[in-house]
Amino acid sequence: MKTHRNHANYWAFVLHRVSGLALLLFLPAHFYVLALAVEEAATLDMFLSWTEAPVVKLLETGLVILLAAHMTGGLRILAIEFLAWRDWQKSVVAITGGLSLAAGLIFLLNAG
Amino acid sequence: MTPQRAETLEWLVQRASAAVLALCVIVHLTVIVLAVQGGVTAKEIAGRVGGSVPWLAFYSVFVIAVALHAPAGLRNILREYTSLGRRATHWIMAAVCVLILGLGFRAVVGLYGLGA
Repeated sequence: MKTHRNHANYWAFVLHRVSGLALLLFLPAHFYVLALAVEEAATLDMFLSWTEAPVVKLLETGLVILLAAHMTGGLRILAIEFLAWRDWQKSVVAITGGLSLAAGLIFLLNAG
Repeated sequence: MTPQRAETLEWLVQRASAAVLALCVIVHLTVIVLAVQGGVTAKEIAGRVGGSVPWLAFYSVFVIAVALHAPAGLRNILREYTSLGRRATHWIMAAVCVLILGLGFRAVVGLYGLGA
């Protein structure tokens, strides 16, 4: 049956965990590439021109959505843990989803 | 420190760092959207953050908060999906923390130095 999986909060938990792990795995690569600017600016520019490709822009959009989703989902957890329960908190999952997708869209519109 | 105390401390550090990170991520997402408009190049990055003390301070706080936050999340995953003991997970947490601090500050300090 696995009825718990029919609940939006279960998927919020899964998304928070998957996005957190993905961001952690991405971070060392992000720092490594940034550090190239110091002594290997040409290599960094080669890499950055690769990121202009549409498929890479889409991957970056995915990263922006994951970052926004982890941030808004984390604020949801803090609200549940530290604020008194209110009925509006039931709608927070939908709001975090909407904000995350909006962040991705704003990035994509500006990166295009 | 008793295991219970350590547990409470880890929970608190994860939440406190999350609150700091929420603010950092809002700034980061804003900077990403603004920077990407003109295209990101090594020169653009150096011009933006090189020699800037406010950005050095911001990214230092960002890196420290991530270095405290990510290991706690990883620990929860390891505890739920593996049979690793407390000691092993603590060593992994410490290693991840040091890795993020090392790579993070190498980038942050390096980029700051470009403006000198």
